Amino acid sequence: MYQWDFGILWSYRWLFLNGLGVTVGFTVVIVVLGLVFGLFGAFGTLSRFKAVRLVALTFIEAFRCTPILVQLIWFYYALPILAGIDMTPITASALALSLYGGSFYSEIIRGGIISIDKGQSEAGAALGMTPGQSMRRIVLPQAIKRMIPALMNQSIIQFKNTSLVSVLAVPDLVYQSQVAAHDSYRPLETYTAVAVAYAAILIPLTIIVRRGEKRLAVGE
Amino acid sequence: MSDTSKIEIRGLRKSFGSNEVLKNISLDVAKGGVVALIGPSGSGKSTLLRCINLLVVPDGGSVRVGDTRFAFGEGTKLVDVKTLAKFRATTGMVFQHFNLFPHMTTLQNVMEGPVTVRRMAKADAEKLARAQLAKVGLAEKADQYPATLSGGQKQRVAIARALAMEPDVMLFDEATSALDPELVGEVLSVIQQLASEGMTMVIVTHEIAFAREVADRLIFMRDGVVVEEGPARQVIDNPREAATRAFLSHFHRIGALPPANAIP
Repeated sequence: MYQWDFGILWSYRWLFLNGLGVTVGFTVVIVVLGLVFGLFGAFGTLSRFKAVRLVALTFIEAFRCTPILVQLIWFYYALPILAGIDMTPITASALALSLYGGSFYSEIIRGGIISIDKGQSEAGAALGMTPGQSMRRIVLPQAIKRMIPALMNQSIIQFKNTSLVSVLAVPDLVYQSQVAAHDSYRPLETYTAVAVAYAAILIPLTIIVRRGEKRLAVGE
Repeated sequence: MSDTSKIEIRGLRKSFGSNEVLKNISLDVAKGGVVALIGPSGSGKSTLLRCINLLVVPDGGSVRVGDTRFAFGEGTKLVDVKTLAKFRATTGMVFQHFNLFPHMTTLQNVMEGPVTVRRMAKADAEKLARAQLAKVGLAEKADQYPATLSGGQKQRVAIARALAMEPDVMLFDEATSALDPELVGEVLSVIQQLASEGMTMVIVTHEIAFAREVADRLIFMRDGVVVEEGPARQVIDNPREAATRAFLSHFHRIGALPPANAIP
């Protein structure tokens, strides 16, 4: 029978905290950047111009339909050679994860926008609004309300996806725990603790999202 | 073109795919005139109405409202969105399904056009909006959201919202078709009041008795063409065309009286 000894992890506490800080910071960056990409992607797919729609769709499908792990490796090893630029592992993984998340966000945003009854933008147009004005004043305020639960869920997935950056030696929580596991010869304790740490952050978040969904359902 | 005509439509054509919904339509509405558009569903009357404020862009012909004229078809330029928006600001439209903005109170709904489109100061827009709500008899509902209103009240708010833009012309697209029968009257009386104030209006409606009361001219459309046109009472009481007679036989034409041919 295996003798558990979680006490040994205490001496690695700064390492774990450091890793957790990187994970959380990374999540914030890729959620914000991803939402920006997602907004561009959504409006791209809704553009009046076919060429713009095509470019946006190609990007979205390319990132939605390839595994994020492959994208991470490709952005770090292949892209610098193709583009002739040097990228740190952090830049490469931030870019890959933001674009990956952005492709999903853009589908959520697009879905939210087109779910709003066409009569709403028609009413705006009939008042003399430009398409931009009716999007900002009429459609988006209603659409955002519908998008929020799905955007939150996608962000939770993004939080978990940051664990993959450890393959590029970005010192996140998983990477630091690998260091700790090798050093202590206690991988079972280490990885169990890491799993608990992720769950401890995400479970409260999912409860908040679920509450929000219920509140929105009542408001509709 | 007569000096008094407010709306002038010439040779209007529109197809959706291979379906030709408007075939060479011409129409004049005098300043202060009220024209009722009637006809079976699919006759193109709603599309025609939506061509007047260019919510639907015609394939050919021309549309003039007031001093602004647009021509469509070969050799004409596409109208840019800014010009289009400016033009639409001078016409008010009321929709079958109200299309109120659900995330705004009724007051905000009515203020939205003046504030966003006309760049009016909030305080002035609020004064204007409250006056318009009072006019449709809903001053006390200013701070409620549309979801809390009855259908008739919603439609009256929608009329107030359109009037707040102080339009030259009002377009009604089956404004009472989605209402419970007992709520139709309150909306019709608001429209009737507008007519008596001299508002130029085009009304797509199935309320034949109402059209007879309020409209001075009536146009019967079928399959994308104008079948019959004339003074409203004359067309309703003595239709010339067989198609008009057939269509009108389905309705109570005068007040609450049943149509003569419905009596067994």
